[in-house]
Amino acid sequence: MKRLALLSTIVFTLGLSGLRADEGVKVSPIDHAATLKECGGCHIAFPPQMLPSRSWTKMMGDLANHFGENAALDQAVQDDIATYLAAHAADAPATKGGARFTKGLGADTVPLRITETPYWKREHDEIAASRFSDPKIKSKANCIACHRTADKGEFLEGDE
Amino acid sequence: MSNSRKIALISLLSLTNLAMVLPAAADPARDAILATLAEEAKKADPAFGGFSAERGQAFFAAKHTGGKPDTPSCTSCHSQDPTAAGETRAGKRIEPMAVSKNPSRFNKVEEVNKWFGRNCNSVLGRECTAVEKGDFITYLSAK
Repeated sequence: MKRLALLSTIVFTLGLSGLRADEGVKVSPIDHAATLKECGGCHIAFPPQMLPSRSWTKMMGDLANHFGENAALDQAVQDDIATYLAAHAADAPATKGGARFTKGLGADTVPLRITETPYWKREHDEIAASRFSDPKIKSKANCIACHRTADKGEFLEGDE
Repeated sequence: MSNSRKIALISLLSLTNLAMVLPAAADPARDAILATLAEEAKKADPAFGGFSAERGQAFFAAKHTGGKPDTPSCTSCHSQDPTAAGETRAGKRIEPMAVSKNPSRFNKVEEVNKWFGRNCNSVLGRECTAVEKGDFITYLSAK
């Protein structure tokens, strides 16, 4: 009986232990209204933790040419968002565990797409390229098509 | 049914019919945006004779040149049918443009300026004129 109780406790604890390293990644959700509204207008507001600050600075400096579209903002809004993104970037002092997102990334490399980072590629190396061109997914930028709670900073596996 | 009840019912039915033939609900904020655009249009061309839903429809559906190659038309993202939802190139749903389906369209001046500013540049490679903007809003307000 005691053994059963112990076993239940173990099973229960394992069940509650949450995310294992190979089940996906969680980051602090964005808590900045302008970033959520303006970035989230066309795609999910991507986690700032997933790119280094140099990437966000470059991207926010050329919103008129944003992946084939003009995404210009008023200067004050643009500055506000750029500051938020840089402060929460992979290499920002306040970001916990950000190093995993820049692992393998050359110091001189300035990726503008999260999907260009070695981290993203490692995590998606088992996904066939054809999956991303599926009309229901459309683009690698459409994280939420497979990671259903990506807008909450949760990129879990097996959601698709 | 008493006569007075009959009259009340008929009045109610007429009102419902009226509401069905009228275009989407008027919005003072949208009217003000259109009035400002009309002033601008008049300033640019004193012969300006008012906005046109037909011109707006043609502009919405047209394939334009001069803009970014991925977005030659409004319909590239907003779908051919403005009463239906569209989709951004990144796969995110865009609420319908037609005011009848989405009454919050074109009633916040900052939003109107932001999106015309971006999308005219993406699609046409230039700012839109006041006439183009006014026609566009007039078309989608009636849609």
